[in-house]
Amino acid sequence: MNSAPGIVAVFLVSVTTLAIGTWGLRFSRTTSDFYVASRTVRPALNASAIGGEYLSAASFLGVAGLVLVFGADMLWYPVGWTAGYVVLLVLVAAPLRRSGAYTLPDFAEARTGSRRVRGVCSAMVVGIGWLYLLPQFQGAGVTLAATTGAPQWVGPVVVAVVVLANVSSGGMRSITFVQAFQYWLKLTALLLPAAVLVAVWFGDGRPGAAPVADGAWDLPLADGGAIGLYTTWSLILATFLGTMGLPHVVVRFYTNPDGRAARRTTLFVLALLGLFYLLPPVYAALGRVYAGSLAESGRGDTVVLELPSLMLSGMGADLLTGLVTAGAFAAFLSTSSGLSIAVAGVLSQDVTGRVVRRAGSQVTAFRLGAVLAVVVPAVAALVTPDVAVARVVGLAFAVAASTFAPLLLLGIWWRGLTAAGAVAGLLVGGVGSVTATVWTLADASYSGWVDALLGQPAAWSVPLACLTMVVVSRATRGAMPAHARRFLVRLHTPEAVELDRG
Amino acid sequence: MDEQPPQRVRVTGPDRRTARRAPLPRTREIDAATPVGEIYLGSLLREQLRLAVLVLVVLFGVLGSMPLLFHLWPSLGGHRVLGVPVAWWVLGVLAYPFLLALGWFYVRRAERNERDFTALVDASTEEL
Repeated sequence: MNSAPGIVAVFLVSVTTLAIGTWGLRFSRTTSDFYVASRTVRPALNASAIGGEYLSAASFLGVAGLVLVFGADMLWYPVGWTAGYVVLLVLVAAPLRRSGAYTLPDFAEARTGSRRVRGVCSAMVVGIGWLYLLPQFQGAGVTLAATTGAPQWVGPVVVAVVVLANVSSGGMRSITFVQAFQYWLKLTALLLPAAVLVAVWFGDGRPGAAPVADGAWDLPLADGGAIGLYTTWSLILATFLGTMGLPHVVVRFYTNPDGRAARRTTLFVLALLGLFYLLPPVYAALGRVYAGSLAESGRGDTVVLELPSLMLSGMGADLLTGLVTAGAFAAFLSTSSGLSIAVAGVLSQDVTGRVVRRAGSQVTAFRLGAVLAVVVPAVAALVTPDVAVARVVGLAFAVAASTFAPLLLLGIWWRGLTAAGAVAGLLVGGVGSVTATVWTLADASYSGWVDALLGQPAAWSVPLACLTMVVVSRATRGAMPAHARRFLVRLHTPEAVELDRG
Repeated sequence: MDEQPPQRVRVTGPDRRTARRAPLPRTREIDAATPVGEIYLGSLLREQLRLAVLVLVVLFGVLGSMPLLFHLWPSLGGHRVLGVPVAWWVLGVLAYPFLLALGWFYVRRAERNERDFTALVDASTEEL
């Protein structure tokens, strides 16, 4: 294998990322710049940044691989990851921006008036963030190993160093430019090769794939009759609701100028994601024709990286391989950056901010938080090289849907939510979803309904968390925060109206 | 001509002091959580929630019914349009314009609800 295109691509993406990050540094002066880019990011730029941050290794490599191996029911992943933004748009986007809080724990504390709720939320942001960072670092290792032949540890180290340099130097302001650039890089890196490869396929006389015996590849439904139906519905629920609970997505909404801009940003995001997700199934379908062996040998995740060299040869293959490698690397860098910002923001407010107490040392606290945010999962990725990557991302979505989604929904739309109710619901949803998935990871034996219920917990853990929050809140209704009504005024009224927002 | 002159009527302007004081500006009604203020605020919250629920029902109804359709009629999976299986058209292509249209509809309606609310509470001082 020719390793030059992969090395050149990784080098160029890393250098460009650092250069744009440094350029953004010139605008980054205050703490507000670090956390939320001083809330001045316009919808089009912000949406590109959200798209760049959101499209991780799972989207760039994983979707095509899953569809290639398992067929049309895996198309629910990209659809769910996009539909999550519709749910976020109608229930959360504008109110979250108007809440005026920096991070998810800030929102939780402002809404419930409780330090305890804040503590639980902080722990969950860090936990979900680290869970999501781990597979990014591992994916980087696999990609570099596949395209350049480098040892497995090189990928995590390169990503960790570039992300750390960017995040700790410029914070949110410089990251916004980096993320926006990386969305368009990822789109180009998937679109151009797809166009060339489809042309090659036409040139070859449009060969068809080997027919599948039972047609299951074309059914958008998991196997197993009623169990398959449950699994598919539970997956839909987890992806639709999980998006709003991912800390790195939510933190971007604070960078909008106002609630109206937050909505328009989300609309842009829907367009950008829809555009991007048209492409992975093309690779899967072509992979069906040209790369059947990948699916059989369980290396579906590399179909996007290997398809160019399987269909072409010489210079063209090298160029396209370099391009998709660059896109994949951009995916690791941007998602890791966004997650690191979110985790570092929480850590610096609740942990390192207390250690570094000198006046004017907030930026130091943020940098210290960034180091913790990146180093812990990077070390974990080096120590545990073969955790099931897709499963870990799935766990992050299910946990987010079972914890932060109910908190945001009830906190924004129901004034009866109390601190006790929030804590109880967060714990029930978190413990339920984590236990279920850890159980499945530890015990892979297939046992029908039990396996389905534990493997895709969202369909029961989300309603359970919501129900707990409502029941406990009703039981402790005397402790309803006095400012709850004023807080709802702030969340839902347009900024232009002169009202007392507490 | 009548002998009696018309009865003298005293003509005065509206009492400015009471008129200025009478109704609170509607924003203050909301701030003070008066019953009227609760109605203003409640109307905005109800409209926005109704809109959100409508969009979610359409979203979950349309996409959530897909697995059921293919579960009940597995032969749908064999149908092809322009050589591509129908499920691929629906989930791989058509789902995205659908989601975008849904979002666009929501943003328009939500902004209209907010404009109505702003007009309602800001109108108070000039009109009354």
